Amino acid sequence: MYAQMIKSEATKDDPEKLVAFQARIDADEKIEPKDWMPEGYRKTLIRQIGQHAHSEIVGQLPEGNWITRAPTLERKAILLAKVQDEAGHGLYLYCAAETLGVSRDELTEMLLDGRMKYSSIFNYPTLNWADIGAVGWLVDGAAIMNQVPLQRTSFGPYSRAMIRICKEESFHQRQGYDAIRKMAEGTPEQKKMAQDALNRFWYPSLMMFGPSDKDSVHSEQSMAWKIKINTNDELRQKFVDQTVPQAEYLGLTIPDPDLKWNEESGHYDFSEPDWSEFFDVIKGNGPCNVDRLAARNKAWDDGKWVRDGLLAHAQKRKAAKVAAE
Amino acid sequence: MTRDEAFFQFLLRMGDNTLILGHRVSEWCGHAPVLEEDIALANTALDLIGQTQMWLGLAGEVQGEGKSADDLAFLRDAWDFRNVLLVEMPNGDFGRTLMRQFLFDAWHSIMLTRLRDSKDARVAAIAEKAGKEVTYHLERSGDTVIGLGDGTDESHARMQEALDYLWPYVGEMFEGDAVDAEMAEAGIAPDPSGLRADYDALVGRVLAKATLTIPDSRFAHKGGRNGRMHTEHLGHLLTQMQWLQRAYPGATW
Amino acid sequence: MSSPNAAYPDTPQTEDKPPKRHEWPLWEVFIRGQHGLSHRHVGSLHAPDAEMAIKNARDVYTRRNEGVSIWVVEANDITASSPSDKGPLYEPSESKVYRHPTFFDIPDEVGAM
Repeated sequence: MYAQMIKSEATKDDPEKLVAFQARIDADEKIEPKDWMPEGYRKTLIRQIGQHAHSEIVGQLPEGNWITRAPTLERKAILLAKVQDEAGHGLYLYCAAETLGVSRDELTEMLLDGRMKYSSIFNYPTLNWADIGAVGWLVDGAAIMNQVPLQRTSFGPYSRAMIRICKEESFHQRQGYDAIRKMAEGTPEQKKMAQDALNRFWYPSLMMFGPSDKDSVHSEQSMAWKIKINTNDELRQKFVDQTVPQAEYLGLTIPDPDLKWNEESGHYDFSEPDWSEFFDVIKGNGPCNVDRLAARNKAWDDGKWVRDGLLAHAQKRKAAKVAAE
Repeated sequence: MTRDEAFFQFLLRMGDNTLILGHRVSEWCGHAPVLEEDIALANTALDLIGQTQMWLGLAGEVQGEGKSADDLAFLRDAWDFRNVLLVEMPNGDFGRTLMRQFLFDAWHSIMLTRLRDSKDARVAAIAEKAGKEVTYHLERSGDTVIGLGDGTDESHARMQEALDYLWPYVGEMFEGDAVDAEMAEAGIAPDPSGLRADYDALVGRVLAKATLTIPDSRFAHKGGRNGRMHTEHLGHLLTQMQWLQRAYPGATW
Repeated sequence: MSSPNAAYPDTPQTEDKPPKRHEWPLWEVFIRGQHGLSHRHVGSLHAPDAEMAIKNARDVYTRRNEGVSIWVVEANDITASSPSDKGPLYEPSESKVYRHPTFFDIPDEVGAM
């Protein structure tokens, strides 16, 4: 549906400008907020950056779920710093989207009433402490795989936000791997938690790259615009290839009996996730969809008086200052 | 009570205050009214957790039983905690959280300033580092209390409610006992009752700007800093905080 | 409302949607990373006023000790050149290559310059 909308928007654009615009993209020039851009490019970016930002914000919840139960003071501090970084990343991304003429509050409202989506992964629960390790190791690992190439995306503010995010993100995956490693090397109960976490997060992590490109409606145009750099399947394969040896090192078993090294292709063969589950989660039927959105709505609604109060105070002070001058 | 026993109690009081308040503030992560506040609250919580590691680390050292900061944080029961009741009060709405923060920050900053002159070099060093962090906490919580107190009718009413609710927990921070007398005599820490005048001046100034009215009563709930009687809230907090360490004794994380 | 030359395009307002006055304004943040360097744009954030913007900038953009000095300016107050001016504004200086030190060949014998 969205792809259709983009097409009809695109027909309104001046064909000469479109050609010049594509030439700039092809020459690896960055597009800046005040430059001319096709309406479809602007809308696709708002959608993509907005969803990315929403994912960071909703992504605070499954990990935040364990901050008060972290087992040591150091783990508590690390986790808190990490979840705080997610809020920061959301903030950078909202700001990048705002340069396209949409406000953060508008984007927030679209998240809260379900008009905009966030990454399906955050609709899965974190049930034991090893999940915190698994989220850092697998979920951030998958996210980084997506984000590193996006540093080269054609839209300047988005690219700059991604550069900053990637710089900060490197600690996230490492702390996750370190946490789950402690568990995998720990007591039998801890090892059980680690395996349980991997069992539950493996396929949802594979889903994070999105459906196969042949089924993806946005891919072709987005790649031409360099809003998307690699195909979903390329990134997914890269993720599997990187992760399998890491799991082996931990002595954990990836829950895929058909996973095996393919000498010929030089990659691992692996089972596809259950895409019907993916589409169910997208439709709102994941284990935590309702709770996640309810938590964000509550934070927003409960916070209204604070936002209004501080703004009212700022306006009073400004008025008093003007009166004094 | 030997001097080291008193010293240990004093260090628990400092460390438990930051531990419990840091825990409370961290409960906000992901739920604050606006992203910028979410990030700021997490910074405050992180500072407090870091200070806890220093205070309780030193407490373990002084106690001399080979206990780490983690042992002290995760393996004591409620009656052994020495934090003031104020910091274990539940978050409530954002206004109550910020009011609690401000009322504590004001005391904390005055206390840390005095502790920089401690005759114990380790205490002075912790106070030096923590003092810088807390100066900022106070600036931020003070400004927010002013902004919300002076903001809209609703924010004003909520802040006044928060102040009325929390004020009876202020007095405990200035209650001296035998531990404090011992610390004062050793030149390690000031007697808390001596901080009250500075506190009243500072808090009075900020709350006046916030257009809020300080309750008339000087009644003080107490029992936290000597462990005689905590609130019911502390047990629930510890149930969460200590769960993994209690459920899987001896595991390393 | 922002002028046509503000840094960002205006938020499109539709007929049935009044301007959102309750929204905290957007601020651009500039940080001096080290003594001796100039302030550099690092990003943006929202705050009710300049003082809170400075504090938020400290919390958001210096989480890893990145700064020694912070400037904030409301995004609406920034006047930006429009992209069509790009030619007239910048091309003349492109031809003044002598402004760049590497334009000049300096004999090795005279030493560093």
